[in-house]
This record gives sequence, structure tokens and C-alpha cells, in this order.
Amino acid sequence: MSAEQISGEYNFAYLDEQTKRMIRRALLKGLAIPGYQVPFASREMPMPYGWGTGGVQISAAIMVPEDRFKVIDQGADDTTNAVSIRRFFEKVAQVETTEKTTEATVIQTRHRIPERDLTEGQVLVYQVPIPEPLRFLEPSEVETRKMHALEEYGLMHVKLYEDIARHGEIATSYAYPVKVEGRYVMDPSPIPKFDNPKLEMSGIQLFGAGREQRIYAIPPHTQVVSLDFEDYPFQRMKAPQCCDLCGAGESYLDEVITDDAGGRMYVCSDTDFCRERREAGHVGALGVAEDAA
Amino acid sequence: MYVAVKGGEKAIDNAHEWLDEARRGDPSVAELTIPQIREQLALAVNRVMAEGSLYDPDLAALAIKQARGDLIEAIFLIRAYRTTLPRFGYSLPVDTGAMECDRRISATFKDVPGGQVLGPTFDYTHRLLDFALEAEGLERPEAAPEAGAEDHPQMPRVTEFLNKEGLIQQEIAPAPAEDQPDDLTRQPLELPAARPLRLQSLTRGDEGFVLSMAYSTQRGYAKNHPFVGELRIGTVAVEAEIPELGFAIEIGEVVLTECETVNQFLGSKSEPPQFTRGYGLVFGQTERKAISMALVDRALRWKEFGEDDKGAPAQDEEFVLYHCDNIQATGFLEHIKLPHYVDFQSELELVRKIRREADEAGHQEAAE
Repeated sequence: MSAEQISGEYNFAYLDEQTKRMIRRALLKGLAIPGYQVPFASREMPMPYGWGTGGVQISAAIMVPEDRFKVIDQGADDTTNAVSIRRFFEKVAQVETTEKTTEATVIQTRHRIPERDLTEGQVLVYQVPIPEPLRFLEPSEVETRKMHALEEYGLMHVKLYEDIARHGEIATSYAYPVKVEGRYVMDPSPIPKFDNPKLEMSGIQLFGAGREQRIYAIPPHTQVVSLDFEDYPFQRMKAPQCCDLCGAGESYLDEVITDDAGGRMYVCSDTDFCRERREAGHVGALGVAEDAA
Repeated sequence: MYVAVKGGEKAIDNAHEWLDEARRGDPSVAELTIPQIREQLALAVNRVMAEGSLYDPDLAALAIKQARGDLIEAIFLIRAYRTTLPRFGYSLPVDTGAMECDRRISATFKDVPGGQVLGPTFDYTHRLLDFALEAEGLERPEAAPEAGAEDHPQMPRVTEFLNKEGLIQQEIAPAPAEDQPDDLTRQPLELPAARPLRLQSLTRGDEGFVLSMAYSTQRGYAKNHPFVGELRIGTVAVEAEIPELGFAIEIGEVVLTECETVNQFLGSKSEPPQFTRGYGLVFGQTERKAISMALVDRALRWKEFGEDDKGAPAQDEEFVLYHCDNIQATGFLEHIKLPHYVDFQSELELVRKIRREADEAGHQEAAE
């Protein structure tokens, strides 16, 4: 189907205005109670549950024609599902899209926070598979809602303690739980714990779990603390190497297997960050200077 | 030099082109038409309408064609389309007692007023492949003797016979203030769910899942001795109140399958021994699903009747309602095909770190 066809058949950004209003109400409630999971009447979207329907519904609800939209998956703009979601909005909303973090007004993400700090006015929309941080400890939603209501987070601390007893450290490397504004324990979605400190930012962070029908949010400059113990403080973690393309030492790296004899290289997971650095003349161990390429 | 994993866009386009080609199959074979699917794969169409929660045989047939016969994919297409449809209002409750039945059987009585009507059923067929169907252009099968439209007999509800004797639990009509039940597709599911919500969830739930849940109750996980009090399949009129007119008019017809089971109940402190009911109502001719739904409905009602929680899966409302939707299930299941390398990378680093530390600790011990 062509873009004209689709835009004629569906409302701007796919969802009807009633549905958008319902989602915006949930978003406002989420922003008013940071970290609290607001139930919302998630709709069936034209992509499968578990493939970003929560994020897509939030993006659709907040999008205006003037927006510049960026989508990343694993930090990259060109992963297949990021491409698919970006194209969806190109079709049904005809908004401008970009791969540049600095230019985007709305960034939808799966599993990463961009390396570059977001600024006031930018919105980061997370796709969330399981919004409940206590779910892997307690399978029942009825129970976990009660635990949040009573601020009963002992079970989580016991789990972290048992990790330390068994492995010598907290054995959670992604979707690392945080406490928001001293009240709600929240799942930051499956971002690597390397990204956790960036959850305190100037941008607005909105989290959508379509299948689980939950929305939550972190307003700008909100306190977000990764759970830990005084004697076992939270630790960021990344591969100790530098990016082999741009030489960055502080960015989160993907390990890429290059042959079947143990050869590997490390590259920035944030593709826009890496591109920007290479364009500025930074070269990694295996990189080629931009002008020579 | 590392070549970035670029080319997602092109790969997607190519994959979709290939899909189009695969869908069509061998072009020397005639293409399926929507009416062919609608008429000759009617039970597939029914399932897609039921689980897609949208009664439109032509759209369901289109979805089946587009989905290459993958019914869950077809249901998904219908659900996504349904999202975009405006909601004009709600119909009045349909009167299944006034159904024009193609099929109506009761297993609890030898005969019932209105009669036992087998209708177009697979029951009592021998499941032998009919190689005559392989040949094309067969003579049209002789039309089955059909009751004239005018002499559709009255078919009173079988469970009402028991009700007159007070032998079966009464279904309580909702209070007028509550007669607009919650709508599962317009509100988030919150637990505990009232029975109307549970029934909404089950009627669009996956046939296989609901079947297995029902089967588990028969095998002893929260056993509740069901009899098919009545199973009826046929056409009912759908009426809606038109505010401008001030009264209800008929806006169309739908085919429904309704099943009421009669279940034993030995009584409790407050209730004398009596029969209880399970209820199933599904779009189209979908009797396996309707019967399954009735069994699961009954199993979920254990609290209402003061029965024991036997810890059976079919008694667990949260378990059943959260897992019966195949569109939710298949989406989440299949999402693990998406790249997860960022998370996997942090797991790699963690495992390496823990191993390194354990290694160092081991060396230290050995040195001491």
C-alpha cells in the first residue's frame, strides 16, 4: 500500500482521537506519580504484541505533525524492527524521521538509552515487555499490585542479597530495578544496567507495555536510584574495550564475532553516536579515517 | 574492516516480496477467491471471526487468504483492523432463545420440545478420507431436506426445564444500573474480573488453549462433571436502540453457537444440592470452542459456589485470563526472534566477570 492510500484510510498516527485521549490521560497520571504503573486499555496494533506495541501507542498518542521521530532498537537505527516502526509512522503520520539523536523530538527505543544526553523538550519512549519489576519473584499481578501499594519491597532486597551470597555480586545485568523518587520500584525496561545512571535526565521518559496494558513515566530531573546495598554499591558495566570504529572508551559496546576462530571486535551500540564521532575524525583500532573511506 | 549490519530496510522489502510470491504459490494453479474461502472454508472463517472479535465473513476470508491459511495470523489481521473501527454503540442483548437453529442437541434428555436437530455436523461421520473430493467439478451434492423457513419449531431452552423445578442454579440478571457490562476491548483487564468479563475473554480466547483448559477439568484438575444440557447453533437477530428513534430496530443477523452445561453441585452450607451451569457463546459454528468455554466458565465459578480452590489451572482466573489470548501469546513468544544482543552482551560481561573472580579466588586459595 502506498503512503497516500494508508493515510487516507486511517487517522493521523493510526489511532483514533478517543484512544489517543485515553492514552494521554494514562501518561499524565504516570507523570504525576513517577514510577507507578497505570493500567490503560491497550489496543491491538498492526504489529505483534511484544514488538513494541506499548511504545508505538505512546508515540502515536503524543505525536504532532511537526515532530521529528527517531527509532532505535539495541541502540541502532537500522535494526529490522526499528526500521519497521519508523516506516509505520512515516506512513500513518507522515512525520519527518531522523537518525540523529540531537535532531529528534521523539525517540522510541528498545533496550538502550542514547549515549548523548537528551535535552529539555525531547521525549524518550521505551518499549517494555514486562513492566512489573517484581514479576520474576511473584507471578501474580494481584499480588504484585498489593506489594507496590504497601511499598513492600523486601522480597526484591532478599533476591539481591541472595545474588551476592551466591555470586559475590548482584547478578542482574539488564532490566536492573530502580526506585523512583523514593517510592515506587520500577523496571527500567531491559536496558543494560550501564544505562541506569542516565535515567535521571532532562528529557521526559515514557514507558509503554502494550500486551500487559501498562504505562509509566519518569518526569525530567526525577530521582532514580538503582537498588543496591551500602557495602555492595551499584556498578555500571560494559566491555572493557574501546570502540574499534571510533575509539570511544565510554560508550556501551556490542561484541561482534568476525570469524570462526575467536576473532571479534567491539563497536558502539549507539550507531548515531559512533557515526558522529567518526565524522568528527575519531578513529578506532580497526577503523578507517572518514575522508579516506 | 567491519561492515555494519546495515541493510535492514532492503532486507525487509525483499522478504515481503518473497512472502507475496510464496502466498500465491504456483501461478499455474488458480488463485483462491474470497467467496471460495468464505463458502468452503467456513469453519476457518468462523474461528477467525470468533477470536478476532469481529463478525464479518468476507473480511475474515480475506485475512485467511492474506495469512496463507495461518489462522492466528488471520485473527491478528482482523484484530488490528478492528482497532481502527469507530464504536457507534452497543446492541441489545441477543435473544438466543429465539434462535433459528440449524443444530440443537441436548445430551441430558432423550427428547426435548422442539426436537433434537443434528444439523451439519461431523459427529457420527467416519473419519475416512473421501478421495471423491479430490476430483474437481463434482456434481453438486443433493440438498439436504431442509425444514421450511416457516416451520422453524419453537425451541425452548433445555435448562429452563430444570429451572422450573428449582433444580438448577438461577442465573441472576444484572441490575439495570449494571446492564452495561465492562468491555474488555475498551478497558484494561483488572482482577478479580466479573463473570461478563471472563466470558468476553474466553469467547475470544484461543480455541486450543480453552480446549486444553476444559479438558484438564474433565481429567480431574477441578473436575466438575459436565453434561451438555444444550448446544444450539443458528441465526439470531441483532437489535440496537437508535437514540433518534427512541426504540430498537434490527440491524443485522449473526450466527452463534451457544452451549449450556449442567454440572453437579452437592450443595454447601447455604445452598441445597442442585445443578449448576457453565456457559459458552461464540460467533459462528464453533461448537468445540463453545463447549470448552462452558466448562472453563464453570471451573472459574468455584468461589461463587463456595467450592474448594483445588489449585487447578482452570480455576485460576488470573492464569486463564492472562494466557488465553493467542494474539498476546504469539506476539510475546515470537518477539524473542528480535535482536537482544545488547542484553546478551551485558550477560556475557557478567558471566565472564563472575568466572574471572571465581578463578582468581581459586588461585589465591591454592597459593595459600
